[in-house]
Amino acid sequence: MSGRVMVGIFQDEHDILSVTREVRKEGYTILDIYAPYAVHGLDKAMGLQPSHLPWICFLLGLIGAAAKIWFEYWTSASDWAINVGGKPWNSLPAFIPITFEVMVLFAGVSTVIAFFIVSRLYPGRRAATVIPGVTNDRFALVLEESDAAFDPVQVRRLLERYGAVEVIERAEEFLP
Amino acid sequence: MAELEVVSRRPLILGDKSLAQITGDICAAMLRRPSALWWIGFLIAFSLLAIGTAAVSYQVATGIGTWGLNTTVGWAFDITNFVFWIGIGHAGTLISAILFLFRQRWRTSVNRSAEAMTLFAVMCAGIFPLIHMGRPWMAYWVFPYPNFRGPLWMNFRSPLAWDAFAISTYFIISLTFWYLGLIPDLATIRDRARPGLRRRLFDFFSLGWDGSFRTWQRYETVYMLLAGLATPLVVSVHTIVSWDFATAVIPGWHATIFPPYFVAGAIFSGMAMVLTLMIVARTVMNLQDFITVRHVEVMCKLILLNGSIVALAYGTEFFMAQYSGNRYEQFVFLNRAFGPFAWAYWTMVTCNVLIPQLLWFRRIRTNIAGVFVLTLLINVGMWFERFVIIVTSLHRDFLPSNWASYRPTSIEVATLLGSFGLFFTCFLIFCRILPVIAMAEVKGVVAHERSERRKHT
Repeated sequence: MSGRVMVGIFQDEHDILSVTREVRKEGYTILDIYAPYAVHGLDKAMGLQPSHLPWICFLLGLIGAAAKIWFEYWTSASDWAINVGGKPWNSLPAFIPITFEVMVLFAGVSTVIAFFIVSRLYPGRRAATVIPGVTNDRFALVLEESDAAFDPVQVRRLLERYGAVEVIERAEEFLP
Repeated sequence: MAELEVVSRRPLILGDKSLAQITGDICAAMLRRPSALWWIGFLIAFSLLAIGTAAVSYQVATGIGTWGLNTTVGWAFDITNFVFWIGIGHAGTLISAILFLFRQRWRTSVNRSAEAMTLFAVMCAGIFPLIHMGRPWMAYWVFPYPNFRGPLWMNFRSPLAWDAFAISTYFIISLTFWYLGLIPDLATIRDRARPGLRRRLFDFFSLGWDGSFRTWQRYETVYMLLAGLATPLVVSVHTIVSWDFATAVIPGWHATIFPPYFVAGAIFSGMAMVLTLMIVARTVMNLQDFITVRHVEVMCKLILLNGSIVALAYGTEFFMAQYSGNRYEQFVFLNRAFGPFAWAYWTMVTCNVLIPQLLWFRRIRTNIAGVFVLTLLINVGMWFERFVIIVTSLHRDFLPSNWASYRPTSIEVATLLGSFGLFFTCFLIFCRILPVIAMAEVKGVVAHERSERRKHT
């Protein structure tokens, strides 16, 4: 591994979308793309797999709901059953609203926590922004200079053909 | 044909701004010294908050005998204010979650501040049940926790217990949603800030966001999931609030129409409050290019829709009471319209049913000053709706010997004013320290419109 990357900097979502498709067709390895907003369709152009986070959401929601309905049953009908207006010990329909709320709470909060964990976002993390403008108005395409077949001159020309305002080569250490 | 449509569509953001201009404009609004108008608003709001704090301290120290309640009217101002504020919050979630699922692009200019409004409104709402308990330091009793009395568990069959869970979940999920949406913008501000405390704070809260698209993709997934969860949540919250009334056997409360009626009313009043705040924000913070007349117009149409549902509910409720053959039910509704609180009922009908009809006219919808006055009137009307539902159903019940009247004390009025003070103080501070417009989302919309235009020309 040469340990070098090539960063193409773009100004327009149209350019970054078409260059990404082209670069992938040519078989270069995209390490990542940095963008100021979620460009529609860029994940497909990059060939990213859909996220697994919906499963976390579903499972934790299910666990939350199951735990809560069990807890309501256990407290109201088993641990210390109290007769409230002659209603049945196990008043299942009346237990549903809180079960729903707890399901939403578990599903929502745990999905966000899981997102922070898999994306390694945490307070105090040093933001490794590739170029300063990437949270403002620039898009940065980071390619791995993987092997001898990678011809920097040719790739640079390709990126510039798609409207790159700047192409820089760097050592790989800066990447998070 | 399709081309014609796209070309004739007015842009969402005026001024054909570049991405950097969007960042610049929105950040500039925060960095500028606050205007005189902001200071005036802040001082008024803060004074109201001080009055409210004094009133709450006094009533907690003395007891809720300082209120105008009696054995017949056991719920009045406090619960009215609670339902009013919770309802205000619902429009924020409507804009941030429901309109997101419906792919309404115009929401990006208003969703950040509408979500902030939700948080502050839920905070205001939460105060009222808390002080209504009389001993707010025992508030944790509404949640089940292992205790030394058995343990003695709470009654999960009670709508008041459901309410405690619904409101707390709603607050936590709204806060999470709002913070998640803020992270990319916090990173934008971090990268522009000069070294110092401000930068360190933004650095801390932006969690090291670097704009990586792998993160963006997961972010979009999570945003979608949260929107999908918040949508049924917001409906459930006001449904449960309405059950606080509907599961009681009080004539005027015991009605199956209550959940949809309350949800529509909540969105109606909340949209009016969002518009009030948006019109203030665009004027005070110079954001006319981002919050345009088109945004105001679209929200007016939503108000009109929800207002019509509310009007239909008023009619249905009244008709069903007469049609039911239940004389107590019939009496409560006639008493509402023609009894001692008729003035409150007709204020409600005027503000919620008659005045919103003006919104059918485009000239009214595009007149900012006119819309501003209208939204204030709708909020007055919606406050009176809750007052009418609560007080008129209670003050004359089955036995004429129980009949009583209700009149708020100065302490109760001061508490209501204090809640407005808390709301506006929080909102005005929010306008100064955080971006009121979701920059990353607006950029996406603007860039998308630009590429659409290019495709068709």
